[in-house]
Amino acid sequence: MTHTPADDPDWLQNLAKTMNQGSPQAVALGMRTLEIGGGRVIMTVPYREDLVGDTVTGVIAGGVVTTLLDHSCGQSVYAALPHPTTIATLDLRIDYMRRSQPGRDIFVAAHCYRLTQSIAFVRAVAYDVSADDPVATAQAAFMLNASAGRPPGANLKPPASQSQKAGL
Amino acid sequence: MSEDQRSVTETVAAAVRAVPYAAFLGVEVAFNGDEMTAILPYAPHLIGNPLLPAIHGGVLGAFMELTAIAQLSVLHPHSRQPRSIDVSVEYLRTGRPVTTYARATVKKIGRRVANVHVEAWQDQRDAPIAFLRAHFLLGAVAAQT
Repeated sequence: MTHTPADDPDWLQNLAKTMNQGSPQAVALGMRTLEIGGGRVIMTVPYREDLVGDTVTGVIAGGVVTTLLDHSCGQSVYAALPHPTTIATLDLRIDYMRRSQPGRDIFVAAHCYRLTQSIAFVRAVAYDVSADDPVATAQAAFMLNASAGRPPGANLKPPASQSQKAGL
Repeated sequence: MSEDQRSVTETVAAAVRAVPYAAFLGVEVAFNGDEMTAILPYAPHLIGNPLLPAIHGGVLGAFMELTAIAQLSVLHPHSRQPRSIDVSVEYLRTGRPVTTYARATVKKIGRRVANVHVEAWQDQRDAPIAFLRAHFLLGAVAAQT
């Protein structure tokens, strides 16, 4: 079996740290990785009152679950890739089974179950107590080598306008 | 704009401001008549990938979900907040570190379920960065649970 970065526990721990502490939104939500390896991650966001989506119920906003799902799914892709590359979410579909309980932290278990040359496929479950009683399930697809040679800082420049691209 | 419409848009704007998570993201709403545009001004904590830099994909999904919920409350201003049944987000372009806008279209509103599509864009209206399609369970039924 070929040794790849995704087989190395230290590399994986470091990856999780970089992806969580290096991402301002992950820091803002207080995301942590509890387990990582073999194309799987378990991540959490602690309950906070400023993340509530409905003050009547006190339930954490669906958007927090969305962001944790996106982040965990992406991290599971890195935990599966034989050679790290840039990735970008193509689509993310979420089914909400039930409300999470007010005051409960949110957890996501994500599994990158298939890699092709250019796409990674991921399934994930969001829960507050047990993964057997999900708050939401999700399915995501990611582009691999998403930046395709674009350098860091590429997004600071305005994009070419559509009319320019069309040659108008 | 009629007095009724004005009170609806004020109710919705106030309701959005009252959602703690909408304040966490910094979401605002603006109305032209009954057409609502949700606005997500750029803020450093929205960034997911600091290298490009790009707004977190989850934030874009969350922003569009809030837009859909706010648009539904324009139609049903005094009912309870609709609950998401399923949400599908499609990403077309990375979110650059600038203001993002979104508009929602309610494609079907039934007795219990609504189907809503949302489009998000930045500098150029004709170059959307993401779409969201979602079903919501409406307030009347949510009140029984």
